[in-house]
Amino acid sequence: MQKLSFGKIGFSKAMSNKWIRVDKSYEGGPRIFRTVESIEDQVREKLLLVKQGNAAQLDEKEKNELKKRKLLAEVTVKSYWITKGSSFSTTITKQEAELTPEMIATGSWKEKKFKPYNFEAMGVAPNCGHLHPLMKVRTQFRQIFLEMGFSEMPTNNFIESSFWNFDSLYQPQQHPARDQHDTFFLSDPALAHEFPLEYLERVKKVHSEGGYGSQGYKYDWKMEEAQKNILRTHTTAVSARMLYKLAQQEKFTPVKYFSIDRVFRNETLDATHLAEFHQIEGVVADKDLTLGHLMGVLHQFFTKLGITKLRFKPAYNPYTEPSMEVFSYHEGLKKWVEVGNSGVFRPEMLLPMGLPEDVSVIAWGLSLERPTMIKYGINNIRELVGHKVNLQMVYDSPICRLDS
Amino acid sequence: MPTVGVKRDFLFKALGRTYTDEEFDELCFEFGLELDEITSEKEIISREQGDSKASGASDVILYKIDVPANRYDLLCLEGLVRGLQVFKNKLEPPRYRRVSPDSGGPQRLIITKETAAVRPHAVAAVLRNITFTQERYDSFIELQEKLHQNICRKRSLVAIGTHDLDTISGPFTYTAKAPGDICFRPLNQTKEYTATQLMSLYRTDSHLRHYLPIIEDKPVYPLIQDSNGTVLSMPPIINGDHSRIRLQTKNIFIECTATDLTKAKIVLDIIVTTFSEYCAQPFTVEQAEVVYPDGKTCIYPELAYRKEKLSAEFINKKVGISESTERIAQLLTRMCLLSQPTGVRDEIEVEIPPTRPDVIHACDIMEDAAIAYGFNNITRTTPPTYTVANQFPLNKLTELLRQDMAAAGFTEALNFALCSQEDIADKLGKKISQTRAIHISNPKTAEFQVSKACSNYTHRPLY
Repeated sequence: MQKLSFGKIGFSKAMSNKWIRVDKSYEGGPRIFRTVESIEDQVREKLLLVKQGNAAQLDEKEKNELKKRKLLAEVTVKSYWITKGSSFSTTITKQEAELTPEMIATGSWKEKKFKPYNFEAMGVAPNCGHLHPLMKVRTQFRQIFLEMGFSEMPTNNFIESSFWNFDSLYQPQQHPARDQHDTFFLSDPALAHEFPLEYLERVKKVHSEGGYGSQGYKYDWKMEEAQKNILRTHTTAVSARMLYKLAQQEKFTPVKYFSIDRVFRNETLDATHLAEFHQIEGVVADKDLTLGHLMGVLHQFFTKLGITKLRFKPAYNPYTEPSMEVFSYHEGLKKWVEVGNSGVFRPEMLLPMGLPEDVSVIAWGLSLERPTMIKYGINNIRELVGHKVNLQMVYDSPICRLDS
Repeated sequence: MPTVGVKRDFLFKALGRTYTDEEFDELCFEFGLELDEITSEKEIISREQGDSKASGASDVILYKIDVPANRYDLLCLEGLVRGLQVFKNKLEPPRYRRVSPDSGGPQRLIITKETAAVRPHAVAAVLRNITFTQERYDSFIELQEKLHQNICRKRSLVAIGTHDLDTISGPFTYTAKAPGDICFRPLNQTKEYTATQLMSLYRTDSHLRHYLPIIEDKPVYPLIQDSNGTVLSMPPIINGDHSRIRLQTKNIFIECTATDLTKAKIVLDIIVTTFSEYCAQPFTVEQAEVVYPDGKTCIYPELAYRKEKLSAEFINKKVGISESTERIAQLLTRMCLLSQPTGVRDEIEVEIPPTRPDVIHACDIMEDAAIAYGFNNITRTTPPTYTVANQFPLNKLTELLRQDMAAAGFTEALNFALCSQEDIADKLGKKISQTRAIHISNPKTAEFQVSKACSNYTHRPLY
């Protein structure tokens, strides 16, 4: 049977329908045996239907199966009616694209056909430079802070000592954030050596023994731990330096500081987290500031971003007490989303610096990447920052208007 | 933020009412918790291992609640319920008492000098006549695990061991011996092993292998034994099977060994305050005596109630509210900080219980008053601070330059500061020592080995 040209068609189907069987061990070679007496060949019937012109009676699935087995071919025949149009001519004329002075002078324009202007066409894009959308958003935030009377802190140092990044902020040396998993430690230069020593002693005491009204953490504070250099995990380290400097002044003056700069965290990476990102931070130091004042400042700040509905939730930070997470109502998602973190710095941080007791320091922070990704509709942070970014995104990103 | 999983219906039963998911979410928001996820055991297994493994698993609704990292007292169902009940004025904060044993002396834990080399501190306590149900037992084990992961810093600072007191007899000895000299049957095993063998045995155990490095390379390993030489535990790795806690266990001996004594005391206090409610005499803990190598003795648990005095004015001023002295005392009591006006002007005496080791300064008390008042009830005001803003000159210049560079046709690129050594040296044909790069000691991947040095980032004078 195999020798016949149409022998193979239907063989495997017949086997799977168990109409025939193969006995491989038969004498003289494999032989095919009938297993049933009669069969109902549905395939044949369907094909006959098509031959008779009743193809519509087959359903999609059956048609596709037959097509797959190459038993059926669907041929589409397209036909057109063609009639003469109004501009019918037996010669081809080229339409003029330009009106030249010669045409006007000679009057030949009267006989020419002109190609109509296409005002719908995209023009040629002019050659220009582009600013990166993240930086555009940064510029806007900078503007907002300056409008509110906040002075910019000098944050041009990625490297910080553990002392300023953690210890001066009253974050204990055993705190998980100081782990290898969360912080980048440096092997070169590994240690910092210059510290204001009297201040350092006061910091050591408040961690290990307490003081300034505090029980302290009661552990052995180690100098070697404080000396370790790291890539800063927050710009709050710079805020600490600035507040210390403020405390050394003869007379206290109230200040408002801000910074927007890069920070580094050694955490797990995913679609919205990178090892380096930008932190926005605002700080106000004045006498007798209250939690109500912090809420007021936050309202002013977020109003400039077009966010007016805020709610506050108790939270925990090692260096602020009270601490509040800031939530705003997202009209689109119809739920409250977190937009920032804030708090009042702990006395154990401020008093060793030498700031007067009645001075309160309120602060808040958020990341720069998150509002940018929301504003520019980007879901994966790697499409926004880094060397694998599609530059077209930078070319195409519109101006940044934060309040609308 | 640590996450605690509790069975929703148990939680509602203990709270005395049911909540809709939204209502409970609202309660969490007010209190400072976060209802992270509503799921069930079946869903969890389905998600992690596929639907087929999940059939037969429990459908019971679980609430996964995030608690603040410094609230060790909220790390289990019992603690959460107590906190929320007191917050909602449904319960008076319980009073925890340390009592001496009915007969005989206290259980004694004698520390020998060998432990100084590896894990010097230990504290202990006894829970008498406790009644466990399956849920309570599970909660008890879970709490230890949560504490181990958080305050104990993965057992490196403190390790907890709990034992069935009726299977062992004191006085107990906490010593340290060479690995080869330690031999016992560990929890869930059928035969005895030496400590050296245990180190290899647990190397492949997904849970325990992380703790081996804490003592692996030390010349001696910590060991707790009873007066008959039965091994209670080899902290921080594993307990002995002999003294394991069962559902029927009535008397529990708790020991915490540590490298940080303060944390050990906190951990012990948290465990006993949380589970003493199930003792025949609720909220009482039987004391134990710890004897140091130099002969000094200490009674544990400390269960210290600390008193602090502050003024209503202090709270009002810091928060930005104006409440009466009595009202503030009531607000604080709702946060488990029992308070009374002293009668002297607006002075309030606040009692900080052993369940609140996170309260170390008056500002912690002030925050609790604000939480009880309700953060969103506070009137927001604008600080009267008048300042003239200054730009940082370097940034001011940068902004001007950026604009003109873009106008000149350049596109701003934003690159990573962290990169591999190859990228800044080898691939550019330079020697790494000639680049002024800083080196990271713990990069997760080769992409974070160095940071490009720019002129701004070299030497920065420290004040």
